[in-house]
Amino acid sequence: MPLYDNISETQLDAFREIGTIGAGNGATALSQLMGRKIGMSVPAISVLPFSQVPDAVGGAEKLVAGIFTTVGGPAPCNILFMFPVECAKTLAGHLMDRKYGKDEALDEVGMSALAEVGNIVSGAYLNSLASFTNLEFVPSVPALAIDMAGAILNTVLARIGIAGDHALLMETVFSEIEGNVSGHFFLLPEADSLEKIMEAIGVKG
Amino acid sequence: MANIIKIGMADLNVTVSPNILQTCGLGSCVGICLWDPVTKVSGMAHIMLPSSSLGKTANDAKFADTAVPLLINEMKKTGADPSRLVAKIAGGAQMFSFYSSNDIMKIGERNTEAAKAALQSARIRLLAEDTGGSYGRTIEFYSENGKLYVRTINLGEKYI
Repeated sequence: MPLYDNISETQLDAFREIGTIGAGNGATALSQLMGRKIGMSVPAISVLPFSQVPDAVGGAEKLVAGIFTTVGGPAPCNILFMFPVECAKTLAGHLMDRKYGKDEALDEVGMSALAEVGNIVSGAYLNSLASFTNLEFVPSVPALAIDMAGAILNTVLARIGIAGDHALLMETVFSEIEGNVSGHFFLLPEADSLEKIMEAIGVKG
Repeated sequence: MANIIKIGMADLNVTVSPNILQTCGLGSCVGICLWDPVTKVSGMAHIMLPSSSLGKTANDAKFADTAVPLLINEMKKTGADPSRLVAKIAGGAQMFSFYSSNDIMKIGERNTEAAKAALQSARIRLLAEDTGGSYGRTIEFYSENGKLYVRTINLGEKYI
């Protein structure tokens, strides 16, 4: 069965609802970590052909930091947290109590601080998904890359490309209320995972 | 006036001189570029996965083994002679390093190998490649002279 080709509006709504609560938990965790108010948008859900995904994040050549976590268990998923590189530097700077210059690259410590942000937000999100579904979600250690958005997306989409030609993107924008840090949070369920999640919460197509 | 034709992930296209084929942000994907030096017909495929045996979908441009024959066929329709085609490839990076060794994470390497194997079985000579590493590439393929331009964020740009 091709991935996402026959998902119903009701299922998308249910998925969005879980996403809203999950992302809310993620935003709370991020606020506590940073000691700042973090806002979040209501998740936008879209099913896109692969070739259109890079444009949805501001273009394939845009320089971004991507934090990638694979999630194992009965309903495997992939989580990608993406920031424009300036925002990634601001975020890492806040956490490390320092400032990165305009042309300065993120150092090892800054990168691991960012990966930790990914870890905490994904963890908070998965906790709410787990409590809704009673399914177990086991996140990997997050991996980080700073490069062209398209290049980062390649690797992530290759994981779901085996089963289909479309990506289901759940996009939430986290933004710092007093500042300008915003990021995109993507949840990409693998083949059959979406059905399993829907079944677990009792929403039929 | 040369037009730039953009090719997205899991897609392919064919053009003629003086047009330019472009794909932005190749990570683990591989850009396979074919050129007929006589008619100056060029083609580019942006493949995501090595083999169509991994999964059945309707999109042949997604896999190295199915994209190469499809690309050759499309180029033939535009006037290329398959026996004259030469190839250049770029991409196949490993963008993320995980602590656990996971097969899918080596997808870039496997894509590169599969692209080479597909070219070999189509009897197309590989003239140049810029593959591997852990960084993204944007590529432009010039129908006029068969040159492949490769741009990276931190490692500059070059022609192969």
